[in-house]
Formats: sequence, C-alpha cells, structure tokens
Amino acid sequence: MGHLNEFSLPVKLFLKAYPWRKIEPVSWAPLKKPLSHCRLALVSTAAFVLPGQKPFDESIRGGDFSFREIPDDADVHQLTESQRSESFDHTGIHQDPNLAFPLHRARELVQRGRIGSLNPRHLSFMGSITAPGRLIQQTAPAAAQLLFEDAVDVALLVPV
Amino acid sequence: MCNQTVCLVAAELERHGISTVVIQLLREVAERMHPPRAIFVPFKHGYPLDTPNDPQRQHAVIGAALRLLEDPALTPPVFAEFRAARD
Repeated sequence: MGHLNEFSLPVKLFLKAYPWRKIEPVSWAPLKKPLSHCRLALVSTAAFVLPGQKPFDESIRGGDFSFREIPDDADVHQLTESQRSESFDHTGIHQDPNLAFPLHRARELVQRGRIGSLNPRHLSFMGSITAPGRLIQQTAPAAAQLLFEDAVDVALLVPV
Repeated sequence: MCNQTVCLVAAELERHGISTVVIQLLREVAERMHPPRAIFVPFKHGYPLDTPNDPQRQHAVIGAALRLLEDPALTPPVFAEFRAARD
C-alpha cells in the first residue's frame, strides 16, 4: 500500500490535516452489459501531454484543474509526464508511461476480447490539485459530458 | 492529491452513467471520500500499476480492478484490496 510514511514530514502533516472532499451521496452507475461489449476510457492524473499540447500550468494556485485529451492512437512513448508533485518517484512512469496511463494494456484487453473497444479519446489530468473547487464545478463535469457523448461505458482511473 | 482527483472525476463520471473503478494508493483518502469503486494497491506512489515494463504485473492490477465492475452484488462505496503475487 502507498503510505503516508512515504512522504516528508511537512507533506505528511499537510495530508493528515487536509479536508478530503467526501462524495455524498456516492454516485453509482452499475455495469449495464458485459465488459466484452463495453467501451473503455482511461483517465490518468499523471499530467501527460503530447507534443504540441498546452503544458499544464504549474503557476495556478491550488493546481491546474484542466485536462488534456489523449487520442486512442497516441504513441505512448511520445507522452511527457508533467506532474508537479515532487513527493513521489517519477522514474517508473518515465521508463514506462503505461504505469499510469495503461494504453498498451488496454489495447491488449481489446485484442483478447476482454473489453469491447477503446474510446477514441482518453483524459489526462494533473492530479496535484489542493483546491479542487474548479475541478468539481467545471472540469470534472465537462470531462464526464465528453465521455458521455462518446458513449463510454466504463472508465479506469489511475493516480500516481 | 492524485488519489482525491481520481475520486472526484469518478464521481462525476458515475453521475453521467459511466461505471468507474479507481486505483488507490492511499487507503485513508478513499475511506474518507467514498468513491464508487476503489481498489487499494500495495505499491508506492508513482507506481500505481506495480512495475514499469512488466505487462503481466500491470494486467494483474487492471484485471482485479475490472472485476469490481462485474460483481452485481457489490454496493457503493466498494473498497477492495489488491494483493500482488510475488515470485
């Protein structure tokens, strides 16, 4: 398990005191059909961007609450990770972006028939957001609306 | 903070009828936030799907996460623990 003890004392104290936003009531969308017939989208918070995409803005107080669309046919090794957090080891995701954005694994699941298809776009957030109000009010609903319009059935969300 | 961000996005996706499962590196966060479905993984931050360049280990985590979506008996919030098989 990831553990608070991984972090420096100031980060640990911050996280212990942080007012995590409780989701109430818990929203719930049961699976409506077999996964082998479902369309999957990936959501990563590793702040991946493709060449030519606007970088995440580290200067935004409380964290950049925007997101980037990553096309399904993207070359995973073209992704640049720009997570602003210095509280974790970035080495692994630099070696293999699939560690936090498992596009190759998702393609393999479709080839095996475990998943019906992949959505033409996936989403990349910069997860280090300490003031999530604008994420809650603006960008998370906008992201959900995009994937709803794409007829996405299931989403796998991966933090770092 | 990434653990919170995926929970908040998952909640909004579910409100739009999209079934979700979130990987979680910090049990404390999910237990306080109540995302719809979460699987706790025994890896340090930066390594949510276990080992870089190891498709088999990454598939093990993803497979366990996806199975949470398939159990009609589960009710929210769903918390499950992933136990990595080690050589």
